[in-house]
Amino acid sequence: MEAFGLLVYGFSVLLTWKILALMMVGLVLGIFVGVLPGLGGPNGVAILLPLTFTMDPTSAIVMLSCIYWGALFGGAITSILFNIPGEAWSVATTFDGYPMAQQGRAAEALTAAFTSSFIGSLVAVLLITFLAPGIASFALRFGPPEFFAVYLLTFCSFVGLGREEKHKTVISMALGLLLTGVGMDTVSGQLRMTFGFDDLLRGINFLVAVIGLFGISEIMLTMEERLALRGHAAKISLRVVLKVWKEMPRYWVTLLRSSAIGCWLGITPGGAIAASFMSYNLAKRFSKDKESFGKGRIEGVFAPETAAHASGTSALLPMLALGIPGSGTAAILLGGLMVWGLNPGPLLFVEHKGFVWGLIASMYLGNVVGLVLVLTTVPLFAAVLRVPFSAIAPMIVVSCAIGAYAIQNAMFDIWLMLLFGVVGYVFKKIGIPLAPFTLALVLGNRAEDSFRLSMIGSGGDMRVFWSNGLVGSITTLALVLLFWPLLAGGFARLGRLVKDRKGPA
Amino acid sequence: MPKTETEIVVEDPTAPASDSPAVTTNRTADVVVSVLLLAFAALLAYDNWRTGLGWDSTGPQAGYFPFYLSVILAGACLWGIAKEFLARKAAAETFVTRDQLRRVLQVFVPTLLFCFLMQWLGLYVASFLLIAGFMVFVGRLAVWKSLLTAFLFSLIMFVTFEIAFDVIMPKGPLESLFGR
Repeated sequence: MEAFGLLVYGFSVLLTWKILALMMVGLVLGIFVGVLPGLGGPNGVAILLPLTFTMDPTSAIVMLSCIYWGALFGGAITSILFNIPGEAWSVATTFDGYPMAQQGRAAEALTAAFTSSFIGSLVAVLLITFLAPGIASFALRFGPPEFFAVYLLTFCSFVGLGREEKHKTVISMALGLLLTGVGMDTVSGQLRMTFGFDDLLRGINFLVAVIGLFGISEIMLTMEERLALRGHAAKISLRVVLKVWKEMPRYWVTLLRSSAIGCWLGITPGGAIAASFMSYNLAKRFSKDKESFGKGRIEGVFAPETAAHASGTSALLPMLALGIPGSGTAAILLGGLMVWGLNPGPLLFVEHKGFVWGLIASMYLGNVVGLVLVLTTVPLFAAVLRVPFSAIAPMIVVSCAIGAYAIQNAMFDIWLMLLFGVVGYVFKKIGIPLAPFTLALVLGNRAEDSFRLSMIGSGGDMRVFWSNGLVGSITTLALVLLFWPLLAGGFARLGRLVKDRKGPA
Repeated sequence: MPKTETEIVVEDPTAPASDSPAVTTNRTADVVVSVLLLAFAALLAYDNWRTGLGWDSTGPQAGYFPFYLSVILAGACLWGIAKEFLARKAAAETFVTRDQLRRVLQVFVPTLLFCFLMQWLGLYVASFLLIAGFMVFVGRLAVWKSLLTAFLFSLIMFVTFEIAFDVIMPKGPLESLFGR
């Protein structure tokens, strides 16, 4: 059990007072942003990233990932008490969570949500612990063509499997990739797409873009909604917690199935949203008592929460092992890693053992501490919602500005942030997805470099992407996924044709 | 069963009315954005063509990769525009209503002002003005509460970033008065 020994080593990196204190701060801040209207995982991490710039990488990533866990926990609070999903993936939690709160069973619903989130994350972290090192050491054999093929696979699966309109995903991705090319070309040193602006020489900073896209635009989107809300306050007593925990083992099939769905969709860029809906629907389908779903059934809280958190956590697996984030938030965390000069990917496991295992250990610890924290402090955080949004909005704007400016000490970045804020607002309203945009922004440079390196290696022969079994199968899989909707449609038609022909005979 | 259920109620006095007239539809916004992006793609394609999109001794030139991306972007935009014009859907969704636009501008314009002011007054003074102004004029909250919140928040930010973490922000006359 090599992983086990390394994990113990990870805990030893982690167990200092400073890091434990940062963890608590991160969790509290995370729950805070998770509870606040219009803010959630990616926004919270994007806005709070600048706080960590002056820390050492391990403390910083521990704090950031704790913000993320906190935000995931916090999202459930608003879904259950106020019927307002803090995140798209908490929508399914409201189906049964809010009715439970209406029936005076808010404490039960919250306990169920937190505990199942914890279980989902735990399964995903176990997966990361035992799978990530293997994948990383396998990926050490990758050369530029293999890496480009993996990037291509990521992009293509977004287009082929995403729920958004295909051309909109392509627009979002192409734009993101283009913007990463602005500035000095890393291979030839030539300037491109700068149009003579000195400020563009440095290129467009990923974090500035993300702060605008997720922070500023989210404020505008939240402002245009009706912000009045009413909900239930809840206090969780130990008795309720124990009661729910005693009931829990009865639903082990649901929990296990939801964890599996979450892990799978988290690793592939399917995402937590799909995972939570899918596992809710499956729980409903396999239940003997389908009618009771949507009317306050505890299983209806277990299923989506487990899946959402399993998926949110396992999205970090490809990020750590391959340097490819499985979700928007993972992409932002990845951007954070790069700020500290860490190059995410297989080499991380070799070169920065303390960092990687510290992070993995912090996932265990963060989730345990987070669970205890939310269970004990729910009333406090629910009260946060009493703070009017008109006080919170300008504070978030200020935090965004500080973050955007701090990255490169440039006023230009503040304007860029505003521009991205408007872009994010418009894109979200007309249904151009932001996740592929974020992903393209963070992966763009490396995708281009690996493409050009493979081209240099092969002397410009595209066949390099089919030069051996490994790279060939990844490239082919990428193309299949890209055209998946067409292929699936074709197969369906073919199937019908065959049936029709058989039918009359 | 917990019996401590109390309701949390938050009011929103300036909420946008649900029957506010639409400023524009999603379809119009969609087409406008596509056209803008198409122009942007054309501009970038031209620039990359100028940079060089062929091959030289070091492999693909600097403009090669981005040039084809701008072609893909342009293609996707054209596809989107064509789709909008071919689809004859009568009922188009509202992009933004007049009330909603008013609210969005209520946050966007102050933010813009804040960014301008930051250059002369420094970030911390500008943030005090933004928070206090926003709470008083947009949120219609009590003046003393707003001033106090704004002051405390700016102070905490100053202590956290300027003193504890040594992150340098734009500063104005007030900070130089304190010798920072």
